[in-house]
Amino acid sequence: MCLAIPGKILSLEEHFAMADFAGTQKKIVVALLPKIQIGEYVIVHAGYAIEKISHEAAQDSLTAWKEMISEGLVAKEDYV
Amino acid sequence: MRMEINWDHLSVEDLSLSKEIIAKIHKIMLKIPNPIAIMHVCGTHEYTIAKNGIRSLLPKNLRVISGPGCPVCVCPATDIDIAVELAKREDVILTTFGDMMRVPSTTYSLLELKARGAQIEVVYSPHDAIELAKNNPDKEVVFFAIGFETTAPLIAFELTMNPPSNFSIICAYKLVPPAMDVLLKIPHLEINGFILPGHVCAIIGAKPFEEYPKRYKSPMVVSGFEVNDMLISIYQIILQLYNKTATVGNSYTRVVQYEGNLQAQSYLEKAFEVTDSFWRGIGEIPNSGYQLREKYHKYDAVKKFDVHVDSDPKMPLGCSCSDVLIGKITPDKCALFGKTCTPQHPIGPCMVSHEGACKVNYMFRDI
Repeated sequence: MCLAIPGKILSLEEHFAMADFAGTQKKIVVALLPKIQIGEYVIVHAGYAIEKISHEAAQDSLTAWKEMISEGLVAKEDYV
Repeated sequence: MRMEINWDHLSVEDLSLSKEIIAKIHKIMLKIPNPIAIMHVCGTHEYTIAKNGIRSLLPKNLRVISGPGCPVCVCPATDIDIAVELAKREDVILTTFGDMMRVPSTTYSLLELKARGAQIEVVYSPHDAIELAKNNPDKEVVFFAIGFETTAPLIAFELTMNPPSNFSIICAYKLVPPAMDVLLKIPHLEINGFILPGHVCAIIGAKPFEEYPKRYKSPMVVSGFEVNDMLISIYQIILQLYNKTATVGNSYTRVVQYEGNLQAQSYLEKAFEVTDSFWRGIGEIPNSGYQLREKYHKYDAVKKFDVHVDSDPKMPLGCSCSDVLIGKITPDKCALFGKTCTPQHPIGPCMVSHEGACKVNYMFRDI
């Protein structure tokens, strides 16, 4: 139900946008993201963009995870 | 010999990262004396966990249990009865997400009713339902509005845009944070931590969950839906348990902001007010649902058509969905699971939805 998929904004018209989902284009509602721009990526739930996902977002997550892991209690030499 | 991870060329789906996190989880769990139970409250999380066999990769003293994260499953039979009553009307086209079609009510499922000639349309998006209303001015189009906070802003926005007067909704939205209180108080169900639903939090943020770790000393982590999202969230929770801390963490920073989507929240505030709500299999949870504000009562299908149903909200005989929904038992412990209750012939709601714990576990069971 809360599944959402990433898409790239191709064009904007008021509350609507045309978005590209890995080659498939579909009209979506972007009213929940008033500052969204052409070329940006969004995650789309049931035809509505619910949040922006930055281009470098996945890398940002990895950086956060790396910090999380390095803060862990297991010492570097302690890996299995 | 340990493989060195090159973080610069890593993606969130990377298998080497999965191995690294799993190893760390095992290492920490050796140092935690008591068995640990972590609950998630999202059907899509259950899908990732079951599909990838995550449970089989975790230490024996660490359980990940499925909570009430499937909106179709927690939608009370009474609400489906209301949809059935409305769909019986000749002037009504009932629109719904596909998952609701096969859920048993106290009489028919919507699929059975459609086979008998009722006008019931599956829509992908609430916007499609509004388009249908515009294209059928001589009909009443009713949208069966179920879901959590992820889904509710879509209708909230549409209502503020003055949809046609022949459009209305059955407002059956549920709110996730108040369910935490109930789950953490269930006797003999000791949950040590929660994996929070990523897309619910994309809307409401991590903030509304802050009060619970404080009150119950139970860490919570917002999680995405890739395998490594789930693993890192589990890791972060057990790390907190080991360190005896309890806060709301966020491992889905690529989407979820602490405050959530403020525009979506403003639409929610405009259209809805919080009310007590009945969850199938659990009972009434205070402040866990939405009702339309007075300004939008004209879009409330129950008021508009004066629908009354008087049905017993009990589960079908022999069905253990109520125990499955709160993580008290795993689906395979239900006497009906895989025998009389299958995705082809579902008896309880958890076997119907793609996010229902029973259906997911049936699909990915050991054969």
